[in-house]
Amino acid sequence: MTWTAMNWTLAVPELVLACCGMGILVFGVLSKRETFQLCSMLTIGAFLLTGVLVLPGAYGVGYSGLFTSDAFSAFVKLLVLVAAALCVVVSLDYNEHVNLRRFEFPVLMLFCTVGMMLMASASNLMTMYVGTELMSLAIYVLAAFARDELRSAEAGLKYFVLGALASGLMLYGISLVYGFSGSMAFDKLAEALADPASASPGLVVGIVFIVAGLAFKVSAVPFHMWTPDVYEGAPTSITAFLGTAPKVAPMALLVRAMATPFGQLLVQWQQLIVLVSIASMLLGSLAAIGQRNIKRLMAYSSIGHMGYVLIGLAAGSVDGIRGVLIYLVTYVFMNVGTFACILAMRRRGKMLEGISDLAGLGRTDPAMALAFAVFMFGMAGIPPLSGFWGKYFIFSAAVQQGMWTLAVIGVLTSVVGAYYYINIVKVMYFDAPEEAFDPRPASLSFVAAVGGLFTTFFFVFPAPVVAAAEAAAKVLFR
Amino acid sequence: MLAVGLGHYLTVAALLLVLGIFGIFLNRKNVIVILMSIELILLAVNINLVAFSAVHGDLAGQVLAMFVLTVAAAEAAIGLAIVVIYFRNRGSIQVEDVNLMKG
Repeated sequence: MTWTAMNWTLAVPELVLACCGMGILVFGVLSKRETFQLCSMLTIGAFLLTGVLVLPGAYGVGYSGLFTSDAFSAFVKLLVLVAAALCVVVSLDYNEHVNLRRFEFPVLMLFCTVGMMLMASASNLMTMYVGTELMSLAIYVLAAFARDELRSAEAGLKYFVLGALASGLMLYGISLVYGFSGSMAFDKLAEALADPASASPGLVVGIVFIVAGLAFKVSAVPFHMWTPDVYEGAPTSITAFLGTAPKVAPMALLVRAMATPFGQLLVQWQQLIVLVSIASMLLGSLAAIGQRNIKRLMAYSSIGHMGYVLIGLAAGSVDGIRGVLIYLVTYVFMNVGTFACILAMRRRGKMLEGISDLAGLGRTDPAMALAFAVFMFGMAGIPPLSGFWGKYFIFSAAVQQGMWTLAVIGVLTSVVGAYYYINIVKVMYFDAPEEAFDPRPASLSFVAAVGGLFTTFFFVFPAPVVAAAEAAAKVLFR
Repeated sequence: MLAVGLGHYLTVAALLLVLGIFGIFLNRKNVIVILMSIELILLAVNINLVAFSAVHGDLAGQVLAMFVLTVAAAEAAIGLAIVVIYFRNRGSIQVEDVNLMKG
């Protein structure tokens, strides 16, 4: 094989980001003082640089089919990079405050992002596995990052055990798919499976295992058990990260894996995705109602959101995938903004996590209460906020495919879900005020403002996002 | 003399996988046993991959088996590190003691 056939230039963003990560790591190890702030800034810089490298859009297939760069991967990579960069910004002040100022923190987030970018570009079961593991291994460590705190250690332990089990199951599925079709490359698989009748039972079992592994990573329902505990136990800056980018990349990988190599087997996996989606929406909306801890509430909320996203995949059409991508964009901005607000919940230097601690925020800190209310209304799907448009595109795609039940269940569960989102708004504006929170650091205000402005004004300029998502979705259905 | 075919390898791998899964869920004793069960699952997959690779005459399966070995080493290192910090905080690695948060 010649070097030109490798097409390695397609992977320049990943290579640059990985090299930056190693450079920052060496710099952090060699410097005498603690360099958390500086390394975080360098990491944000590396994310920006990588984003600039992704933008020009050099498309093609590299490394003899292991790696694909197309409109879909570019869309997902940009979203992941933006989410990761915002999460580093969010962690700046919090980590300083709770004594987690260690330079490994941004470096681990960076390597996790490299893994997620690899997942977005995976076009071979091997790349898919290695990318997923690179992401997961970094998150296991991050979840247990507050190593002197029992809750964080327990979160890390639970996430590690269940995550490793999920990776093992996914890997077993990969081995079955490889064995019963004879190839690991997505394009060769698509050729081999062009006739749905030729799919052997072993292959279908393999697909089920792969879906199970990825469903764990996006915390869809039968595999959601870890989500509330890990969200609650992990340091809040990591919870913010967990809820955004590491949900986007496995979802994108699931979409690509289902649409490209297994696209002809739609009838085989569609029912599975429909069931997972319905269960996620129901659990996400019902189990969140009794929660008192806002981090646990956000965990159930994210389970519910993943249920809505899976509707788009179940539709299995260009419009469905477009809906998935738009939903993920709106979800990332709402989520990161909400966590910026949660991280600002601090009274006399003590971090707070209870929903009741928000009482009377509307009077003590109107700006933060307004931002929080915008995110809550957005997640509930109230027009004209961005969350409504995400749901609109998803539900209309489902209806076009004649999946009325799914769309109706989605609408009903979002009505139930609206109860607990709006309950938070009620607590903020109508309950007796408590003592005011400590002054907000500028970094959190910045992220909350970015998320809030995006959520509020998405309906004014949806065209670029919708057009990019449409172009990205079309790539998968050539 | 019984010839050992693909079916035999797949059966062994499936048995190891089931053992590993049961080791994680039925184990009430020690977190270390869970780590061993995870290794068992990954090795079951490796048997599968190598057997399929030999049958298809295709090297991709063996290459992935190498990757799996590498990742398994990294995973074991991270798992043990997490168990160590958990033990420092809790003073125990019994599975029934991992109950601070109810999920």
